[in-house]
Amino acid sequence: MTTLTVENLRIRFGDTVAVDGLSFELPAGSALGIVGESGSGKSATALALLGLHTSATIEGRISFDDLDLTGLNDKQWRQIRGARIAMVFQEPLTALSPFHTIGDQIAEVYRLHSGASRQAARQRAVEVLRQVHIPDPAGRAASYPHQFSGGMRQRALIAMALACRPRLIVADEPTTALDVTVQAQILDLLDEVRETTGTSLLLISHDLGVVAGSCDRVVVMRRGLAVEQGETAAVLGAPTDAYTRELLQAAPHPTPPRKNDGKPLLRLAGVRKHFKQRRREPVKAVDDVTLDVRAGETLGIVGESGTGKTTLARLMTGLLTQSAGTITLDGVDIARRPGGSVQMVFQDPLSSLNPRRTIGESIADPLRLSGVRDPRSRVEDLLERVGLARREYDRYPHQLSGGMRQRVGIARALAPGPRLIVCDEPVSSLDVTTQAQVLALLEDLREELGLTMVFISHDLAVLRQIADRVAVLADGRIVEIGDTAQVYAAPQHPYTKELLAAVPVADPAEARRLRALRRSLDLSDTKS
Amino acid sequence: MIGYLVRRVGGAVLVLFGLSLLLYGLFYLAPSDPAILTCGKGCTPERLAEVRHALGVDDPVATQYAHFVRGLVAGRDYPAGPATRHCPAPCLGYSFETDQPVTRLLLDRLPVSASLALGAEVLALTAGIGAGVLSGLRRYRWLDRIVNGLVLAGYAVPVFLVGLLLLLLFCVQLQWLPFPSYVPLTTDPLAWARNLLLPWVALAVIQTAAYARLTRAGIQETLAEDHIRTARAYGLPERRIIWRRALRGALLPLVTLTAIDLAAIMTSAVLTETMFGLPGVGQLLVGAVNQIDLPVVVGVTLLAGLLIVAANTVADLLYRAVDPRVELR
Amino acid sequence: MTVLRRLRGDRGFLAGSVVALLMVLVAVVAPLLAAAAGQDYTNYHDNLLDSARGGVPLGRFGGMSADHWLGVEPGTGRDLFARVVYGARVSLGVAVGATMLQVLFGVLVGTAAGLGGRWADAALTRVVDLVLAVPSLVLAISLLAIVPPDWPRPLLLAAVIAVLGWGGTARITRGETLSLRTRDYVAAARLSGAGWFRIARREIAPGLAAPVLTYAALLLPTNMIAEAGLSFLGVGVRPPTPSWGQMLSTATTWFRADPMYVAVPGGLLFLTLLAFVLVANGLRRALDPRQSEVLR
Repeated sequence: MTTLTVENLRIRFGDTVAVDGLSFELPAGSALGIVGESGSGKSATALALLGLHTSATIEGRISFDDLDLTGLNDKQWRQIRGARIAMVFQEPLTALSPFHTIGDQIAEVYRLHSGASRQAARQRAVEVLRQVHIPDPAGRAASYPHQFSGGMRQRALIAMALACRPRLIVADEPTTALDVTVQAQILDLLDEVRETTGTSLLLISHDLGVVAGSCDRVVVMRRGLAVEQGETAAVLGAPTDAYTRELLQAAPHPTPPRKNDGKPLLRLAGVRKHFKQRRREPVKAVDDVTLDVRAGETLGIVGESGTGKTTLARLMTGLLTQSAGTITLDGVDIARRPGGSVQMVFQDPLSSLNPRRTIGESIADPLRLSGVRDPRSRVEDLLERVGLARREYDRYPHQLSGGMRQRVGIARALAPGPRLIVCDEPVSSLDVTTQAQVLALLEDLREELGLTMVFISHDLAVLRQIADRVAVLADGRIVEIGDTAQVYAAPQHPYTKELLAAVPVADPAEARRLRALRRSLDLSDTKS
Repeated sequence: MIGYLVRRVGGAVLVLFGLSLLLYGLFYLAPSDPAILTCGKGCTPERLAEVRHALGVDDPVATQYAHFVRGLVAGRDYPAGPATRHCPAPCLGYSFETDQPVTRLLLDRLPVSASLALGAEVLALTAGIGAGVLSGLRRYRWLDRIVNGLVLAGYAVPVFLVGLLLLLLFCVQLQWLPFPSYVPLTTDPLAWARNLLLPWVALAVIQTAAYARLTRAGIQETLAEDHIRTARAYGLPERRIIWRRALRGALLPLVTLTAIDLAAIMTSAVLTETMFGLPGVGQLLVGAVNQIDLPVVVGVTLLAGLLIVAANTVADLLYRAVDPRVELR
Repeated sequence: MTVLRRLRGDRGFLAGSVVALLMVLVAVVAPLLAAAAGQDYTNYHDNLLDSARGGVPLGRFGGMSADHWLGVEPGTGRDLFARVVYGARVSLGVAVGATMLQVLFGVLVGTAAGLGGRWADAALTRVVDLVLAVPSLVLAISLLAIVPPDWPRPLLLAAVIAVLGWGGTARITRGETLSLRTRDYVAAARLSGAGWFRIARREIAPGLAAPVLTYAALLLPTNMIAEAGLSFLGVGVRPPTPSWGQMLSTATTWFRADPMYVAVPGGLLFLTLLAFVLVANGLRRALDPRQSEVLR
């Protein structure tokens, strides 16, 4: 029996076609994944399943449990939303009302659809919070969303989705905003929920690994069309469509190790950074870090959010002064480094370029500061080297795509001929295919120029491809450091093991093995 | 919580002291002789001598300020002339021109200004929030346009101009209402309201515009936020979404503005009371300026400062109630 | 640029700009206009007043005639047209002067607070808070009352209004600077060796232009209202210097007998203010389309 059947779905916003004839089936109690990059129409599809579009024209047929969802009026939709189909959104912080407690919000939804008393609704709220493994559910129900951590908030959203016992849960990028370990826990939770309640799950993601580990069937979307669909193992194991193959290949892959016996270029010894707080304990962002970056190598630093990696990046570039310890570049204290000797590539390509200056001017700035009179030709050379046309000099950041902007950021970092480049999550905001291109560019450049790089990322797969050595950062400390292959094959520290067990992989069999591994590591879900 | 209150009140007291210091410095070190200014328009040489003696203008400035502060806390005696004038705490000064402590003068006139300000505020809040919500929902394009137009006009009219027009229209041309004069609430509530109606409207017109635009912007912004989408995705009816969620989001800037408005009572009071001839604190100030009665001027200014600080503190406390995300520092 | 395009399509903005520029022009060439009308703002024309009715102007519309384009003032017989155009000078001049001072000082302090270290920021913010806590109109009245009458009044007015009102500009500049300072491109500039002055000039200042301009555009009518209010209360410009606010003050006693005396300065004041408000609103919408429609 199928819970959901979509036939020839077409969604149009004025002249733009977001979804162009999509068809798929979701059998009862199973999980279907929709995979696509940005612009593929996957989110538009999700919203259409709940009738949340206000200004779009929708054609085609959506059948849910023998009910035709196309052409329902507002009142009918309101009876279905939350009660029979529930949605879990991407950003748990903004998706919950900041003005009401979690318990109140869940209870309100339950009361609305079931007509239960306030008492009963409150009890149901505590019940579902317990179901998603939130510790002290009765107490936590009286807290506000901003008092929860990211992972707990997402659990709370899932709890809200479960409150009315829906037949179908639609999860739109539910883990994209979360750390990798938390992501794994949430996916495990969704899996568990499906098994215990028999709800069907529609999981939407841009990440093949996420879908591989949680879904029985998968639909690959591109520009509003389903280019391939079928059982997960089949589609991911032996893809028939070129785009699917491209997606699979673009996923980061391990590279053969490079030989490096350079001398230490950047040395950190006993570095600490504390941030004072009013009437509270100071925040120890970086707590006793000692490491070397050797000339010519790419050192990867992996850490989840809140582990201090951004602070560490800023310390390494000299933008922040450490509270204790020494940082030296070429033997000289970093605070006295020559201008432009350490450069940085930032995460968000949009905010890393001044929107009111042309990209050429942004790249020319470091050259001007080091005394070059007319840097235009050198800038154009740099543009070519990073794969952009010379005439892009006069364009503004908003006229370029994310990947192109990131290339500009790299060109700007290269401009003054730095000794060291620190990359702070440079590919995290990019699509997987663009990500592959930018990584390839970095690999080319470092070969050609003998660059020394520090590459910070939360994505273990990316680091496996690009880093020669990897350092694992947790709570402001380095808990493990070593050659990449070594660390990945035989992790020593429990946190490293946890991280590696949480990485999404595009192979369903491997994903299942990892899930079992996670369970065996007996990681209490209650940690986040 | 208690700690926060204590800190805030402490901070407020500090600001007030800073303000009084500033004022004292400005006025008593001003180009004109403070003794003459205190003496007033009907100054006689005898009174001037009394004033000089009473104020102690021959003492160093610091001593004079110390006397002033002591007067604030414990009351003060002005040893001058045949009778010693006693000024009970909190002593904001003594008006030799009218022969009364300034505090007494202020307290006599405070009910008038308070009636004016609070009544106008209630009127403006009701009309403003109502118009703002309706306009923010964009259900009626014509209402939207009217609110927009009124908001812009509201920025462009000084309150005395509105008052003038209202007087012209309702008292002179149409003769629907009498010329406003103050009747205390306790004496005759109906007359009280009828007399204050025009001044209330004059004041409220401008404030309504401000509230309407803030509410409108706040509602539109909140409606675009993700949690509204979640509420819809779970089937909540539109009306509940608007009143329980969207309006909550719009409240925070409203609280700020209400606090600022109440703090600015003095400003609006001065102009409106002068315009309509109401015997409030504002009119007292203007009169004191004309009569060159410096202590009254200082007293009113300090009162205004106190109101601003008090209103800001209350606003801070209200923030926390309205938006749970706000941390009390 | 899109900003210009948006402005060109905004009818309110265009209408407002035209009227505003017209008023500025009138203010600038006031002496020429008065000369063209053949009048002066100080000459008393008692012969044109009806002393039997207490000094009301003879003739309709407040004594409008070929010689006196807008009639004469009741009680003094001075030419209204001349007084009004000279009044424009004062009203606009004070407002423009005060606004420029407020913007200049506010931006300097705000940027210094935003870019400076923790101590500088804390100290400057305290100062700004104090300025904002001061009851400005009341203090203005008091200050203007105690200053000797021989000081140049319009300059004094502009100075007092400016000194009491720069807090708002400082506050928003500080807020914007703090936010801009955290942008990655500022960090990139620092890494390339730029000092804070260069960063302030090249990275921060362009980001400040829009919010400061929008805020300042609304300051102008606010300051005009402040001057009008102060003159209305009698503490602003002293006679015989004309100001619209001052004329309205005397007009209140005459409004039953001679409504023109209220209508002319009142109407002009309203029109000028409305024009500037429309300009400010247009700038707001053009520069920041996210916060659509109405002023914040």
